[in-house]
Amino acid sequence: MKELFSPRWFKSRASESLPDEALRRNIERATETALKKRADVVGAFPEWESYRTAARAVKEHVLENLSSYLASFEEHARANGSTVLYARDGVEACALVMDIVLSAGTRTVVKSKSMTSEEIGLSAALGRSGIQAVETDLGEYIVQLAGEPPSHITAPALHKSRRDIGRLFEQKLGLPYSDEPETLTAVARSVLRDRFFEAGVGISGVNFGLADSGAICVVENEGNARMATTLPPVHIALMGVEKLLPDMRCLALFLDMLARSATGQRLSSYTSIIRGPKRADEWDGPDVLYIIILDNGRTDIFADSRFRSVLSCIRCGACLNVCPVYRVVGGHAYGSAYPGPIGAVLAPFFHGKEDGRHLPYASSLCGACAEICPVRIDIPRLLLLHRGETVRERRAPLIERFLMKAYACVVKRPALYALTGHLLRAFAPLATDEHGLLRIPTRAKTRTFPAPAEKTFREIWKEEGIGST
Amino acid sequence: MKVSLFIPCLTDLFFPSTAWSVVRVLERLGIDVVYDPRQTCCGQPAFNTGYHRDAVVCAEHFLDVFHEAECIVAPSGSCVAMIRDYSSGMLRLPDRYRRLAERLKDRVWEFTSFLVDHLGVTEVDAEFPGRVALHDSCHALRLLGIRAQPRALLKRVRGLELVELGRTGVCCGFGGTFAVKFADISTEIGKEKIRDILDAQVRTVTAVDSSCLMQIDGLLRKTGSTTTTVHIADILASTGQP
Repeated sequence: MKELFSPRWFKSRASESLPDEALRRNIERATETALKKRADVVGAFPEWESYRTAARAVKEHVLENLSSYLASFEEHARANGSTVLYARDGVEACALVMDIVLSAGTRTVVKSKSMTSEEIGLSAALGRSGIQAVETDLGEYIVQLAGEPPSHITAPALHKSRRDIGRLFEQKLGLPYSDEPETLTAVARSVLRDRFFEAGVGISGVNFGLADSGAICVVENEGNARMATTLPPVHIALMGVEKLLPDMRCLALFLDMLARSATGQRLSSYTSIIRGPKRADEWDGPDVLYIIILDNGRTDIFADSRFRSVLSCIRCGACLNVCPVYRVVGGHAYGSAYPGPIGAVLAPFFHGKEDGRHLPYASSLCGACAEICPVRIDIPRLLLLHRGETVRERRAPLIERFLMKAYACVVKRPALYALTGHLLRAFAPLATDEHGLLRIPTRAKTRTFPAPAEKTFREIWKEEGIGST
Repeated sequence: MKVSLFIPCLTDLFFPSTAWSVVRVLERLGIDVVYDPRQTCCGQPAFNTGYHRDAVVCAEHFLDVFHEAECIVAPSGSCVAMIRDYSSGMLRLPDRYRRLAERLKDRVWEFTSFLVDHLGVTEVDAEFPGRVALHDSCHALRLLGIRAQPRALLKRVRGLELVELGRTGVCCGFGGTFAVKFADISTEIGKEKIRDILDAQVRTVTAVDSSCLMQIDGLLRKTGSTTTTVHIADILASTGQP
């Protein structure tokens, strides 16, 4: 079954969003603010580059020793009273969540922001069984009200202006229009407050799992995750298997990197380190804590050493903010839970090589993503590797394959190469945009293309013969 | 010192005068310039589109032509970055070529980096009056660390007022075959660049790569702006005489 929200349709979705001037300005405002704040706190942090190196080294170390860290995490988590479950893929994970929710006998669950739950389509799966999953992160709540997927990893409603949100609240909640952030936040707060009390289950993601203590760490700025993980009697934490860290010391490093990269903060407003469910002598917290550890293709990524580094990603979203392509097409065009450069690397793994093949090409390879990545993932290189795979597996367009063969054939034959210069010049008038015959599709109506020079450099050099070898 | 010129295909076909500017600046500094007409393309179009086997063919040809060169200079950061990447393992070169590529890596230079980093020259006795904005070409900037070098050179050009764009280090949207495959997106990214350029109110935009300038120029012409694009080699070769 081909889903509608798929990277397969990137090109057509992008051409829908490109002319949207309002969208462009919303994205620009949000990303510029985030980048400016980030630049301030990173600039004031002289150890940044060495922290990046250290963070990457920690991640690689964990990945290389994943089974022992996983065993340790599981052992400690169980000792703390948590239940650890494993899900091979999204379907299994959703089924596990469903079982827990149904046996808890509730119809309402509250969710705090979790990209992993987006990845596996959890809310939709719950909805199909008549269970209402209420998003409690403000941005997530907004996109849920609008019936849209998030458009950014850390700022789900980044594509909306406050006026858009005001109108949405007016329409969906039947309230008088306001675009004051304080008013809108207060509205969401009061609506969600009841949901927190009503819900039988709270679902969260996990930013980091600590192998030496079995604790999980959830980072947020609104306090909703703390409520979702403590108020309902059951807490389900959904964790990608790559989220493990060895210990608390490493956590300190990553909290620093994540907050600075994602939101330009020195530390996020709420950092919850959850050791397990409520103990006998405690008042607060859930009675049960399920930790679902999700693979969903991560082992396959790990198995291919060329791509392994992508598992170091901490989902900060900085590469989206800085990506020129993301900034003009917006997150929805990608048709994947993970948009932007990192999403383009993940797409062939999460959506299959056929549907995912366009995204690695949707990059000018400018390298801004690699430059900003807190864990030094060389995203352009990974995109190139994907492109190489696409060509190797003959998924590239036939005409392109032919042209590239012809190109390579010309490049290794200087005489033929020189002749191509002549031909190009002869046929150039047909390709300029005033004559439309062979209008170079690339430049269409929006750009002019230079005419070839009257003589190539090699021709002039030959005639003048200066210093020629 | 003897320098072997590498003139990338785009420069050869569309901007031969830029290649001449490189020759003039180098000769002005007393350097012997040689040009081997067997040279063709570095292979980047194939490599960046995923045709790694075809890129190997290009790399082997390049290495056949240049492996004995003492010093290779090219007016493009992007092509130089590609050549320096030949030995990184992304391309599966046969061992013999891999070794040639490894040895050649440190002898191939982008033009402004060659002047500043290798020769230690920032004064080339050039004159080019007016306000000039420098666009940082992504591959030069991020793969070769070229940021200060062109600025140092431009600051010594008589009459030239160097203007920084509102946002530096942002892509022009060209991206090689990306500009063909995703023409609309490439254009829109470029338009954002044009906004910054128009805001800067400059006479000229310059860069170390002709490919970026081609993208920028193609868009500028559609706006009716009188701002022109000039490769940095052309500025450095200029003596102020028309």
